Parts: sequence; structure tokens; C-alpha cells
Amino acid sequence: MPTNGVPTKITQGSGTKGGIGESTLRPDGTLKVTGEFAYSSDMWHEDMLWGQILRSTVAHAEIVSIDTAEALATPGVYAVMTYDDLPTEVKHYGLEIQDTPVLAHGKVRHHGEPVAIVAADHPETARRAAAKIKVDYRELPVITDEASATAPDAVLVHEHRDDHHIGHVRHPNIVHRQPIVRGDVATARGRADVIVEGEYTFGMQDQAFLGPESGLAVPEEDGGVHLYIATQWLHSDLRQIAPVLGLPEDKVRMTLAGVGGAFGGREDLSMQIHACLLALRTGKPVKIVYNRFESFFGHVHRHPAKLYYEHGATADGRLTHVKARIVLDGGAYASASPAVVGNASSLGVGPYAVDDVDIEAIALYTNNPPCGAMRGFGAVQACFAYEAQMDKLAARLGIDPVELRQRNAMEQGTLLPTGQPVDSPAPVAELLRRVKAMPMPPERQWESSEGADVRQLPGGLSNTTHGEGVVRGVGYAVGIKNVGFSEGFDDYSTARVRMEVVGGEPVATVHTAMAEVGQGGVTVHAQIARTELGVTQVTIHPADTRVGSAGSTSASRQTYVTGGAIRHACELVREKVLELGRRKLGSYHPAWAHAELLLEGGKVVTDGGEVLADLVDVLGDEAVEVEEEWRHRPTEPFDLRTGQGNGHVQYSFAAHRAVVEVDTELGLVKVIELACAQDVGKALNPLSVVGQIQGGTTQGLGVAVMEEILVDPRTAKVRNPSFTDYLIPTILDTPTIPVDVLELADDHAPYGLRGVGEAPTLSSTPAVLAAIRAATGLELNRTPVRPEHLTGTS
Amino acid sequence: MRVNFTVNGRPQQADDVWEGESLLYVLRERLGLPGSKNACEQGECGSCTVRLDGVPVCSCLVAAGQAEGREVVTVEGLADHARQRARGAGGTCGTSLDEAKGWTADGTDSQTGEGAELSPVQQAFIDAGAVQCGFCTPGLLVAADEMLERRPNPSDADIREALSGNLCRCTGYEKIMDAVRLAAARQSEGV
Repeated sequence: MPTNGVPTKITQGSGTKGGIGESTLRPDGTLKVTGEFAYSSDMWHEDMLWGQILRSTVAHAEIVSIDTAEALATPGVYAVMTYDDLPTEVKHYGLEIQDTPVLAHGKVRHHGEPVAIVAADHPETARRAAAKIKVDYRELPVITDEASATAPDAVLVHEHRDDHHIGHVRHPNIVHRQPIVRGDVATARGRADVIVEGEYTFGMQDQAFLGPESGLAVPEEDGGVHLYIATQWLHSDLRQIAPVLGLPEDKVRMTLAGVGGAFGGREDLSMQIHACLLALRTGKPVKIVYNRFESFFGHVHRHPAKLYYEHGATADGRLTHVKARIVLDGGAYASASPAVVGNASSLGVGPYAVDDVDIEAIALYTNNPPCGAMRGFGAVQACFAYEAQMDKLAARLGIDPVELRQRNAMEQGTLLPTGQPVDSPAPVAELLRRVKAMPMPPERQWESSEGADVRQLPGGLSNTTHGEGVVRGVGYAVGIKNVGFSEGFDDYSTARVRMEVVGGEPVATVHTAMAEVGQGGVTVHAQIARTELGVTQVTIHPADTRVGSAGSTSASRQTYVTGGAIRHACELVREKVLELGRRKLGSYHPAWAHAELLLEGGKVVTDGGEVLADLVDVLGDEAVEVEEEWRHRPTEPFDLRTGQGNGHVQYSFAAHRAVVEVDTELGLVKVIELACAQDVGKALNPLSVVGQIQGGTTQGLGVAVMEEILVDPRTAKVRNPSFTDYLIPTILDTPTIPVDVLELADDHAPYGLRGVGEAPTLSSTPAVLAAIRAATGLELNRTPVRPEHLTGTS
Repeated sequence: MRVNFTVNGRPQQADDVWEGESLLYVLRERLGLPGSKNACEQGECGSCTVRLDGVPVCSCLVAAGQAEGREVVTVEGLADHARQRARGAGGTCGTSLDEAKGWTADGTDSQTGEGAELSPVQQAFIDAGAVQCGFCTPGLLVAADEMLERRPNPSDADIREALSGNLCRCTGYEKIMDAVRLAAARQSEGV
């Protein structure tokens, strides 16, 4: 094999059954703790070059000229490419709308847009050469918010739109608009005893996965290219890459390299096309690895949002109506904005039953950084606002905030504002009850016989308080997230499962294109194969494009959809194995013909438990292999005027209770505990499920109290692209996170499971905000909350 | 320039090192030890944590030349380091030359990593579910192992303080806390 660090097969043997429902350990765990696991940035190839991208230093400008002569003349530089060097007529890409230039053409639309690429024999040579490229910009006015975007004389971010959304937006600087109208808000308002309004701001959050964008493109003898890449969806990348290179898809081979986290940030392309272009141009393998600074420019972020809400309720706390306007800043390119709009609008009232709803969500084109997928995907911003509204309503009504939520909680059968019935368990009230029932962390934990332990206090070892001015607050929130791709998307996955005897033992091989990004899909795949095929040895084949698409590792969908595909393929393999058995051994026992047969413990058994044969004997020298696509129930698009339609596949619910302590004098917050209760339908791997919930909860905590990409409103330039200035929670910032897992089966889903990954990211943020409000008495209409917001010094 | 130093007990020599290269770059790109990760290149994330003469450092902030003549332990050598400590070499850092000669890099032919002898903290990370994407794991392991060397029975506050320089984006740290507690407990039971 020419390439070092090519993913090797992971074989997991298990003395136990290791099927679904058990906390089996990660098959890649040992590789990851020994440093042997090959991430995309670890790839190495003899004779390889390093690629570097030159990015725009301004947000919005015409490119007057680009001079690459000095860069090209630098010793060690093999290639410099600009827009003019692109090999085909296809020079743009995009998830849904192909509006993103591979390299800037005539204009840049956001700070950090790729303008030119360089390949050199040392990364520092590539960096220095890129810095020698002279780009002459003529700056244009920047579009940074709704007012500037939709002004009658606004500069258009994209002049010649011809995408399928342009017909239903009122301004070309609006990517997509989705109204959701149900019932009659005007009439319902008349029934309300209390109406509360609020205007909320959600800051721009970064996925901040730790493994920066990276990959290695290796030119192949047939004129094609092999890309080893960290991504969330190999086939989506392939579909976008191949036309730009002018290659048929079968000449662009893609193998998943180790992925250091994703959280939505790898749904769009980053360096994929650039590495392939340089490899094909130079005839040499090219590796590109972003540093952290570049990573902040190299992927889309979570949409910052302005949210305007009106909630009405009767005196006994029943919601009469919800009216909302959600304005998401999509930045310079569309990315996943249309789908984010669909989520924000359709889930905009939260997990509550309310008949009269009028919601509008839009995403803007601006010159801010492009925004797209991040864990929670549109539902996060809405949850922050509607949960603040529920607290406001509770305060006005004099009803306990949890009680108010429970009175309005949706149940199985409740209609969403889209008119779609929730046709599986929706234990919203129960999750709130559970999270409220958890024991409270003791008060004044910092007190000890030796005085205050400052590590337990706001400010920590900065030693800013010994308890003076510290006030505790408790807050609750609950949320609803859709699972899987919605709005009529053909959201399928493919699995190839093979069964054969290896070394005297039956072994199942599972081959999918699923991107393992850390979530533990590989663990669950092996568990499913063991459960369905009764083997202990399961080999997980590296993910690549030699098997059909698995869809994206996002939308909490992989265990559902690729898990479902594996189960389906296993069922077909089982049928074939039993057929083989009947043919070979059927005459020995009548049960072969008549009984319900299962594969368990390496044997064919009757449903009564009688052993008919060893799988080793049934299979002999033969291998049984099946590759099949699998689909969940179809969905349909939302009506463009009313938002009505059965747009979603499944829902995931989580509730949080946050306990915080605030140094009210300095505005410092310490989150003491962040308890979560979540319904997961069926926990295929309980250890991983809890890990997902705790990780998602912590990302919600981050955007509550620290995480925000700051964009200068005058220049649209990013001010904090580093881990020094963009803060994510450390182990000191993160509290204990007790988790209560509820398992109410969704009968429509494989094993009754529910997607897990995103729901905890929703309610975590508003719970922390509610707790800070409870501690301070402040209104706090934006997140993240910074000290100046608590001390009145902003 | 040429840099000579000891990595995981083995004398190493790196040639043609450009003066601006970090210890992390030399480990990863010149010595074939990519276990230490580069996630921020400015000492904020701890993914590149190695021990330099026993002290945990961000190897991205150490110029390669500064390692001249010194001893480095990376995640690749962690199991061996822990084994020697258990054998009574504890307190000292690095590896004696004789022992180093017995040490070989883990074979790249290992398909599973199973069967590899792990240090207590490595095993605990797997058992407790502290590994998700795993990118932060090498740095956390080096930092946690060093803390357990100093403080065999750490309090939760001790653990949080010792690991506060290591960012993890996947786990929410709870399973990492579990793993370090587990490693400490197993270590004190002599398991």
C-alpha cells in the first residue's frame, strides 16, 4: 500500500454476545489511545507536497488583479492556481445551491474566502509563497444584517440568482423563506389573558471540532485521484468534487480518514477540491491541513439569529397562540440555510401543543461568514427563544415554569404547527418531571473547614470571590429536534454485509460509507450485526465510495438510517444463509422446513432454542453477501405559503435543569450542575448514548456563557478566529452532568430507537440562561451571556 | 539543523530541521510519531501534550531545537513509560538506555490494536467511554498519566485542575473524569 496511515480494517472480537443494548466498547478505542489511529491530518505519502490556501483579507470586494509570479518563482513551489486555472466549466459547488466558487472569481463575498492555492514541498514554504501572491481588492459596502440586506437599494450578495428559492423570497438577499401558518392567531389572541413578547439574539457559534480540516489527495495512474478525507458524507463530497475536476465519479475514489469531530462543520466541502486540483496539476500527492486560524474560516458556523416572539395564554396557563419571526444570518453562501430555515420554522413553537400559530423564518445572504449545519440545526436558536418566552409567561401568570410547560406539553398524537401528527411517544411532561426530580446539588459547596475552595466558585483560581455576591439560580428547559433529513429528501443509506468462515469461525463484515466522526457508529454497527447474525466476530470495513451512499452523519440520523440499512442487509444475509442450510442440511431435521429459525451464538437455532447446525458447517467455503439500500418513511415538503406538510421523520426530546452560581458583582457564572433527561427510544449502546448527551449538553453550555464568533459590523471581518479568543468549555467550566435515559420505543424505527445526538444541545442553553435569570433577575435576551451583560457595563 | 534527543526512550536524530519547526512538527512529520495532535498551534488545546524531561508541555510551543539532548515521552510511549514506573522506576522520567533498547514501536500491522499492552489510564479511557473522536485523547492521556504519577489519589478538583489545559469537544468531560477516577482506583488497588 503506497500510503501511510490508510485506515486499516477494524476487527472486533468479543467473548460476550455484544449485541444491541450492551455498552460494548469502541472497536477503534485501542488505536485511539495508543496514537495509532490515523486521522486525516496524519496521512503521509512519499514525495507528497503541502497545499496552502490564500484567503481574502476583506469581506466584500472586487478583485482587480491577482499576481502569482513571485509565489510561483519561490524555490520549492510546484503550483499556484487561481480561478483561471480551473479545468472545467463547473467552477462552483454547494450542498443544495451551487453558489460557492471553488476559487474566488472577480469578487469575494466574505472574510477568508479562498482566492488562490499553492503546492510546495514544505508547509512553511507553501505558506510563505501564498503570502507573496498579490491581490488587489476594490472594497464594496458590506451587508451585515437584515436591514442592510433587504434595503431597496441594497447591494446584492449574489447578482444572478437562478436557484429554486428565488421565486418565493421578497428580496434576492433572502436565501429562503418558510412561513408556518395554522389556525387563526388574530382570533386566538382575543382569548389570551396574558401576552408576552420578546426579542432575542443568538450569537454565532463554531463547531470547534478539534481535528482541523485536512486530507490527502493522491493522483492515480488512470488520470483519477484518490482522496483520503475527514468528512461527514463521502458521497455528497464526491457529487460536488467530480464535476469541478472534470472526472467521472468512478475516477474520484474517496476513503474516509480518521475524523476528529464534526458537529455539522464537515457537511460542506473545505479543502477537498483544492487538494485534488493541486494533486492533478502537479502529478504528486498533496496534503492540506488547516491550522486553527484557518479552520475558523474554512467551515460554516451556526447561524446567528434574531428572533421575535409573541406568546399568549389563558389565566390557567394554556397557550392560546404563538407568533414568531426568526431571522437567520446565512452569510455569504447558501450552504444548508434553506433546510435550517425549515427546521427553525417547523419546530419554532417547541414541544408544545398550540393550535394557532403564525411563524416566519428566513435566512439572509450577507457578507458575514457563511453559516450552515451545526448540531441542532435551526432548532437550537428557536429553543433558546421559545423557552425564554415560556419562563416569561410563567412569571407573568404566577405559575411554576415547569408546571406551565407540562400543562402545554405535546403528547403522542399532538399536531405540529405543520399539521403533522406526532405519531410516536412524546414524553415531554415526563422528561421535565424526571429532570426536576433529580437530587439538587448541595448549597455552598465551596465552603470547607479551611475556608472557601475557590475552585468551586465563579472565577475559580482567579480568586475573585470567597462567596461574597454569589447567588444561586435554577432554570429548566425542554426542546424538540427532528431526526433525519426532512421535507421530502430521499434520505437513504446503503449497507453491504458479508458472512463467511474465517479461521474456523463465522465472521460478518459490514461495509458502509458512514462517516464515523466520533459518535460511535462503528460500535453500533458491529452490535447490530452480532444481534442479527449471531456472530461474535464482526469486521467493520473502512468507509469509502466503493459502496453506496450512507447519507450524512448528521441530523442524529446514522444509527437510525445506516443502522436500519445494516439490519435490513443482515436480514437478507440471514435468509440466504438459512436457504443454504436448507439446501445442505434440510433433510436432516424437519425443523429446517417448518420452524422459525434464528442465528444465535454462531449456530442456527429454532425459535424454541433447538440447535440445528453450526454456521461454520452451513457456510462451508461459501460467502454470503448482500448490498442493499434502505429508507425510512418518506416525508414531504412544507407548503411554501402555509408550511403545512408531513415534513419530518421522527422527533427527539430532551429536558435540562441547570443550577448556576453567579458572582453578581463581577458577572462571572459558574454552572454547578446541568442535569438532563432524554428519551432515546432504545439505547443501542447506553455508554455511547450518555456520552452523546453529555457532549451535546456541554456544547449548549458553551453557547450560553462563552462561545461566540465576533464579526465586526463595520467590516464584516472575524475578530476572534483562535482558541485564545473563541472560548469553548474546559473541564473546569463544565459541571457534572447527571443523565436520566428514558426508552419509549418509536415503533416506526429500527429497534424503536431515536436519534440521540442533537436534542441535548437544544435545551441546555435556555436552561442555563433561565438559571442565570433566576439568579440575577435580569431579562437577558441574548446568548452567550458575558460578564458585561450581568453587570450593566456593556 | 540536526536535532538529537530521546523519544520514548530511543535516541532519535532529525536532520534538515528548519529552525522554525516545532517539536510537534518534528515528532509528527520527521520521526513518524503522529500520535501527538495539532489542533490549535498556540498552546490552548493541549492536544499536542508530551513530556519534556518529565514535564507536560505543549509540543507545538517548543521549538525543535529546544529539545536537543532532552527526553520526550509521547502517547506512543505511554504504555511503556507506565510499565517502567510500575516496575519501580517511578519518580524518574524517561527510559534508561538499556530498557529503551527493548522497546519497539507498536507494529503498524496491528489491525485492531487489541492485544497491545496499555497503561492503566489508556485502558480506563476506553472502558469509561472517554474516547469519542479521540483527537484530544493523546494529550489528555499524557496529562492525566503525569498527574496520576504525582497524585495517585486525586480529588475531582485535582483532576479538573490538571486537565484544564486540554480541550475536548465531544464528551463533555464527564467520561474523562470517570476514566481518570477509574485509573486511579485501579492503580491504588494494584490492578
